[in-house]
Amino acid sequence: MIHLQLPAALAALLAGIGVYGVLARRNAVLVLIGVELILNAANLLLVTAGSRPGAPFSAGPVLTLFVITIAAAEIAVALAVVLVLFRTTGSIDLTAVPDLTDEPEPEPESRPEHGSEVRS
Amino acid sequence: MTTRDIVFAAVGAITALSALLSVTTKHVVHAALWLLVSLGTLAGCYLVLGQELVGLVQLLVYVGAIVVLVLFALMLTRAPIGPHAEIDTPAWQRVVGAVLGAATTALLGSLLLPLFSGATVDLAGGAPGGGTPAIAQAIFGTWVWPFELLSVLLLVALIGAFTVSRLVLKREDGVRPRPREVRR
Repeated sequence: MIHLQLPAALAALLAGIGVYGVLARRNAVLVLIGVELILNAANLLLVTAGSRPGAPFSAGPVLTLFVITIAAAEIAVALAVVLVLFRTTGSIDLTAVPDLTDEPEPEPESRPEHGSEVRS
Repeated sequence: MTTRDIVFAAVGAITALSALLSVTTKHVVHAALWLLVSLGTLAGCYLVLGQELVGLVQLLVYVGAIVVLVLFALMLTRAPIGPHAEIDTPAWQRVVGAVLGAATTALLGSLLLPLFSGATVDLAGGAPGGGTPAIAQAIFGTWVWPFELLSVLLLVALIGAFTVSRLVLKREDGVRPRPREVRR
């Protein structure tokens, strides 16, 4: 027998820690760690609520598995974005992101010859 | 207090403590490793709650895949080794973050604790609701369409991550990208 107040309290604590992690970090990957903690708080709450007697359709554990899948998809796309940001600006500091555009660069007036294409 | 309560309190304390360390440590790589500890012990929490399938999936997907991805991203973005003060926002913003985090905890706690007050679940006869066979039947019965949609979502995320990582962005001020020097 287990009292369900303990997991509920842990879920609230994890969500608060995750909010602090999102707000207190400048490094983009570490912000994602805070997001993961918030998602895990939601998972723990789903499992806790699903363990109450009489929960229909096994909704708690099944939805937890779905959230874990969505979190995996989210982190893959988010880390791809972070890597593009690092390639473009040289850092992943979220307070120093310059304006970015994916428009092609305007053609230079005199097109350089073959030799200098190595730089691009 | 039953035995499971005490075990859950111990494992949950490790989870909360390592989560707190992962958002406060000054070492970039340590943050990912403390996240690993936190997610792993959360899988232990699921085991104590009687949901062994969710616990194992948590271990496989979170600890096995997501934390490794995070570590990969830290390596590819030249994470500095050693303590580094520049990964945190200024002090006033951290104070605001702490206040907001505590407020979130207080709000959720004041909502959830009365909701679950006195609620107990008896795990002596296996997991509540029938355990893993019941979950399997629910996934491939009631939840089969969301399940199939999730596989499409994973495919879209795979293609999306591949496409985004091939994207070439330009800075509007025309400055060439210049990798920041690795500092200790």
